[in-house]
Amino acid sequence: MSNANWPLWEVFIRSKQGLSHKHVGSLRAADAQMAVENARDVYTRRSEGISIWVVQSNDVFASDPSEADSLYEPADSKVYRHPTFYDVPDGISHM
Amino acid sequence: MKENNIEELERQFQEKIDNDIKIEPRDWMPDAYRDTLIRQISQHAHSEIVGMLPEGNWITRAPNLRRKAVLLAKVQDEAGHGLYLYSAAETLGADREETIDDLHSGKAKYSSIFNYPTLSWADMGAIGWLVDGAAIMNQVPLCRCSYGPYARAMVRVCKEESFHQRQGFEIMSTLANGTPEQKAMAQDALNRFWWPALMMFGPNDAESKHTEQSMRWKIKRQTNDELRQQFVDITVPQAEMIGLTVPDADLKFNTETGHYESGEINWDEFWQVVKGNGPCNKDRVDARRKAKENGMWVREAAAAHAEKRANRSKEKRA
Repeated sequence: MSNANWPLWEVFIRSKQGLSHKHVGSLRAADAQMAVENARDVYTRRSEGISIWVVQSNDVFASDPSEADSLYEPADSKVYRHPTFYDVPDGISHM
Repeated sequence: MKENNIEELERQFQEKIDNDIKIEPRDWMPDAYRDTLIRQISQHAHSEIVGMLPEGNWITRAPNLRRKAVLLAKVQDEAGHGLYLYSAAETLGADREETIDDLHSGKAKYSSIFNYPTLSWADMGAIGWLVDGAAIMNQVPLCRCSYGPYARAMVRVCKEESFHQRQGFEIMSTLANGTPEQKAMAQDALNRFWWPALMMFGPNDAESKHTEQSMRWKIKRQTNDELRQQFVDITVPQAEMIGLTVPDADLKFNTETGHYESGEINWDEFWQVVKGNGPCNKDRVDARRKAKENGMWVREAAAAHAEKRANRSKEKRA
């Protein structure tokens, strides 16, 4: 048996209260507890975080980059979803 | 039809690179791009890990507690850098275990600088100042590398690396301003590490078989000779500042170009060390192999513990 059996974990760090966890990298560990401890050692040596999430990489289901056009194009064509689409007459404020 | 398709994919790929759009793990990429990156990133990872050995040699003999704490922190950083890089290689489909086995079998290379011995405490200064200095020079442009995970790993590495060079220079300048014996130690370390540090940038551009393609793919952003020149231009005045002499009789400043001109590197020595015949090649790989073997029971125990814990929580749920 070797550490090839250790699963890969994705690591997310909250840098301070009020901010969301952000993906910082990955590591291998035998279990979730060890993954958190290893993440503490490699990803927060310089006070980069106050909270750690680890997720097994196998459990991440990702969208397919080759489908990017069909997935995201509809958003591009709906410019009226942005405030800059609308004309606001001069003299109107607080809008 | 299928060939046309690949040509079209390759065209789109190069267009993305030309427009500075990063390539991410699940994007289509040419096999040669993937293979080149796996080779480069895993060599880089091995260098970080093997690079812990020459410095680890002096941790127990650091001259005081401050120096010891700093050296420990630096060596720990190198372990972290190795991990970031192995992880980046894994995003390309490289198998971690295989990658490490390739290092241990001698199939994979690592930076030849780590095949030189660290004979005195001053070598900790020379390594931090020159070796980490050269590494930073190589790594800063890699923060703009076309492959996203590698570029992001490099950003982290460069942030952490900046203290490494300073602590090395501090050791050197303290010794250079110390007793005559201490100054001689510093000069001796500079004499031994100067040329190997210049070799870290790799063969001359004309001899470097990967440079052209890697530049086109933006895996490499500057050539070996450009980076080496930058390093010489920056480092020579630093040596002068602390009263040390760069061991190159042909070194002179060209006032017209604004650059230093250095003597010829001993390329025979470079290739000998790359091919495994340096002073410490065998020691370094043996040490890595032994570390893996001796740590086997810990990894097995951790895996067994994880399995037991998983089973127990399954029973609880049942």
